Amino acid sequence: MTITSETAPLELNNPLALDALLDTMHQAIKSKIAHFEKEDVVMIGIHTGGFWIAEKLYEKLGITAPLGSLNISFYRDDFTKIGLHPEVKPSQLPTSLDDKHIILVDDVLFTGRTVRAALNEIFDYGRPASVTLAVLLDRGGRELPIYADIIGQKVTLEPGQQIKLCGPSPLQLVQNKC
Amino acid sequence: MIAKNIQLDEQGRLKHFLSIEGFKRQHLVNILDAAEPFANVHEQAVKKVPLLRGKTIVNLFFEASTRTRTTFELAAKRLSADVLNINIITSATSKGESLLDMLHNLEAMHCDMFIVRHNQSGAAHLIAQHVSPHISVINAGDGCHSHPSQAMLDMFTIRRHKKEFANLTVVIVGDILHSRVARSQIHALNTLGVTEVRVVGPKTLIPTQIETLGVHVYHDMQTALVGADVIIMLRLQKERMQGALLPSENEYYHQYGLTEKKLSYAKSDAIVMHPGPINRGVEIASSIADGPQSVILEQVTNGIAIRMAVMSQTLGRSSGGNA
Repeated sequence: MTITSETAPLELNNPLALDALLDTMHQAIKSKIAHFEKEDVVMIGIHTGGFWIAEKLYEKLGITAPLGSLNISFYRDDFTKIGLHPEVKPSQLPTSLDDKHIILVDDVLFTGRTVRAALNEIFDYGRPASVTLAVLLDRGGRELPIYADIIGQKVTLEPGQQIKLCGPSPLQLVQNKC
Repeated sequence: MIAKNIQLDEQGRLKHFLSIEGFKRQHLVNILDAAEPFANVHEQAVKKVPLLRGKTIVNLFFEASTRTRTTFELAAKRLSADVLNINIITSATSKGESLLDMLHNLEAMHCDMFIVRHNQSGAAHLIAQHVSPHISVINAGDGCHSHPSQAMLDMFTIRRHKKEFANLTVVIVGDILHSRVARSQIHALNTLGVTEVRVVGPKTLIPTQIETLGVHVYHDMQTALVGADVIIMLRLQKERMQGALLPSENEYYHQYGLTEKKLSYAKSDAIVMHPGPINRGVEIASSIADGPQSVILEQVTNGIAIRMAVMSQTLGRSSGGNA
């Protein structure tokens, strides 16, 4: 099973194909943070898929601040429609975010609403110097003026087609459900 | 046909929160789970989340309260709701306006939730039956009947210390007769499946037939405390006592006041709880209230998280309210 892409077709259900995307992201983040003071860099993964990706990247990047996880449930714009999930895991942002360069990691960038919520939550914890958005896949379909600085791969999905990251081990991309 | 539980909507989601009775175990566990992440919100630089932005919540207190009213207010504010505190003594009800007329006026101001404390049992139920369908009602204590959010914050506190409810022995001490907190706690503890709930106090302060709620009754403190994991002390509610129910406060303290010696009969890792306000030297010794086994102030902090959970589940009509 493959998904159409501007570059090489994306192979699903294949952990190796995912490793290649992680490698692309790793290289891009590495050159991005090379300009920053090492202790000013904070990586934050969006719960849950974004956090799994962030865990993989964090291991290799030698960032000194602990890895953060962000649960945007309290910041969603559809709360009054869908209600609150009873098992929300709390966000864990172990360091102050004031004046930090944040690498915000998510798995699939689609409408941009999750990132909007994440940015609002981050600013309730402090005033970062910058936020860089890094995503595994950009599948288009944006409803808000949001873009990713670092992208594992851009993909084009057929109408009604879904793509999902399953994990944490093994991490793999699948169609529809895990 | 079973009477409809007005606390749930047609889809079985939480709509009002009036009493613990009528909820299944999963409902209560959902509320406890939902409260966990809210317990961390105070760590943010901005101690707020935007869940209930644009909602108006009315604190309708017909009876004095400090802890409950302020923690409901703080919980609402940490969820970004607007809060209206209505002081009934100075409000129009003292000019002869009926309760339901006052409610309809508040509805006309487009409020979304009423938090009700009243000295009459059943007041919050009555209000819930008469409000417009979009409004949620939360019982913040009605007479001697029920105080469900207090019971849930106590369950939350117990779970944080003891993890599992099964295998626990919980002892509730003192004025059970006048305690809405005790009634709600007994229902919650049994619904959550603790091994044994004991109540202990003088015969005059234990309601007859309380055994039917699923508790063991004791009148001797030492026997009751043996093997206890959780000890819940209750306040002597002198304002509700009619007639001579007690010989004297001194005598009561001698028999049922929690002292170092009496505490030693419980398990060594037992926690001591009290819904507050505490009367030092009447139901509990200062050294215990301020001691290492006391979780009394934690209960206050946890009250904010639990109330945030209940408010967001009722106003968000959480799918998680399903059992």
